[in-house]
Amino acid sequence: MADLQGIGVSPGRAAGPVHRLAPPPPLPPAPAVIDIDAERSRARAAVATVTSALSERADAAADATAAEVLRAQVLMAADETLLDAVDTAIDGGADAPHAFVAALAEHRAAFEAAGGYLAERVSDLDDLRDRLVAACLGLPMPGVPSPGHPFILVARDLAPADTAGLDPSVVLGLITAEGGPTSHTAILARTLGIPAVVRCGAVLDIADGVLVSLDGSSGAVAAGLSDASAKSVNDAQRALLDRRSASAGPGATADGHPVALLANIGSARDLPAGVDVEGVGLFRTELLYLDRTEPPSFEEQVAAYQQVFAALPGRKVVVRTLDAGADKPLPFLRLADEPNPALGIRGLRVARATPAVLDTQLSAIAAAAAASTADVWVMAPMVATAAEAAAFAASCRDHGLRTAGVMIEVPAAALRAGTVLRDVDFLSIGTNDLSQYTFAADRMCGDLADLLDPWQPALISLIAACATAGREAGKPVGVCGESAADPDFALVLVGLGITSLSMAARSIPAVREALAAHTHDECVQFAKAALAADTPTAARAAVRP
Amino acid sequence: MPTRTVVVGSASGLHARPAALFVAAAAKQPVPVTIRTGEKKAVPARSMLSVLSLGAKKGTEVTLEADGDGAQDAVDTLAALLERDLDAEDG
Repeated sequence: MADLQGIGVSPGRAAGPVHRLAPPPPLPPAPAVIDIDAERSRARAAVATVTSALSERADAAADATAAEVLRAQVLMAADETLLDAVDTAIDGGADAPHAFVAALAEHRAAFEAAGGYLAERVSDLDDLRDRLVAACLGLPMPGVPSPGHPFILVARDLAPADTAGLDPSVVLGLITAEGGPTSHTAILARTLGIPAVVRCGAVLDIADGVLVSLDGSSGAVAAGLSDASAKSVNDAQRALLDRRSASAGPGATADGHPVALLANIGSARDLPAGVDVEGVGLFRTELLYLDRTEPPSFEEQVAAYQQVFAALPGRKVVVRTLDAGADKPLPFLRLADEPNPALGIRGLRVARATPAVLDTQLSAIAAAAAASTADVWVMAPMVATAAEAAAFAASCRDHGLRTAGVMIEVPAAALRAGTVLRDVDFLSIGTNDLSQYTFAADRMCGDLADLLDPWQPALISLIAACATAGREAGKPVGVCGESAADPDFALVLVGLGITSLSMAARSIPAVREALAAHTHDECVQFAKAALAADTPTAARAAVRP
Repeated sequence: MPTRTVVVGSASGLHARPAALFVAAAAKQPVPVTIRTGEKKAVPARSMLSVLSLGAKKGTEVTLEADGDGAQDAVDTLAALLERDLDAEDG
């Protein structure tokens, strides 16, 4: 048995046979002479193979959006004009694989030129091209395999298109060679509740079918298990989940110190049935604005916010105002291309040039709040100074919103947390962005994952500064980054004085259990030890020696 | 030759679900129907790739055209579909 090590990004243990994500097929050199009839029938056979495989996947997809994407791909693959263009290319001397590439390249250019939603669909076209080429060459279909039994998915990294409709009942665990704790893979795995380990380079050497186990907390991966030990890993995990699903009620330490356990959501759909939540600590409103050429109307926003508020009667819902920027471009904001979008016009800064978008949003939130019993709080993203915070809070109050706060994602705001708190009612620390800006390390840069580790002492120091400022002002300070979902880190946060933890709803039971097992005083001792540590490893050891 | 110019009514434009519904409806018509935006080349309405490549957004004017028996009905049916907000409809 071989032991490997990666970074655990989605807690839980799982065991099963390895099946890897097939890479896109390499395009062979173009042949000098081709048999036109043979190439034409090869192209037709490829279309038939791909359309039937995609239709099957669409029928089996658990998620309605994923099924829709797949059905659109079926329509594209079966498109007669595609086959016409392929025939023309074959007549011109291309073999079938090159003919597909050429025919789809034209549409790819049109999609890119159209921008917005269509530009984002370019990856669907590329996926279709890879599938058609693979079918021509008799290679396995690129993408998530379907071996017909539950398995552990292994990949170099996962793109959003790979994971559309990933079914947690079949994909027991994820192991990637690349990626980081804030990568798409990690966020997706936590949302679906699939145990995951990233940055485990050696995993690519394990052959398909070999039994492996993974621990999504410690990052440990073991290869070459027996059937019996794989079964015992999964049985233990199932027993743990059963026990947790029975857990409910507000979060508190063993001695009754309350810690609100809240959910991060993008729409009412992210509140899974059967998970007990005290409220929502981060309602991301971007979903409404994506794929649009004009901002959503006041009425449309009121309806969307009401849907969420209605699902949480009498409970707290923290709405984050639009967090867009050059990294998440929206055409109606007309943001110029920036060489460094993470440091550019994003979050609250967008309102400098386009105040109307924020104004409409605040009016819509206020109208929806007035029509519901939910306790609606509002916060702004990407705040750097106390003046920005004060201006935002004043604007909220002008709109009739009583509880206004800001996110702490920029070190400048964390360092001056006391002053920032003077004019707002609460702080919410976004640890993902706060890490990125504190360590000058791009969130998407997997090679810098060690710097983006939430256990980095400098990050813990900044969180501590915010918590202290909150205690002095008598105002709540929450954490809504992914780090709150790590049960051990949650203990440290509570010990630092953080009053609420917001995370993917599925992560709540494990955190609730960890808090219930420790007293507040123990949490304070953990926090002191973590603050005194010099390295992330030493900080972790403070909680789990 | 029956021709109709209408404005795309779907919130997301002639993309995704609205495009899929439109293409499926066009394929059911007894005659081939073409669609174009502005003065650009007309493309077959039953071609998903071509329809998507138009990049028609909510409010974009598109022109439908068909010829032969049942052409008028075909153009009218598809025009009515384009004018609706297909994103807002369930099913």
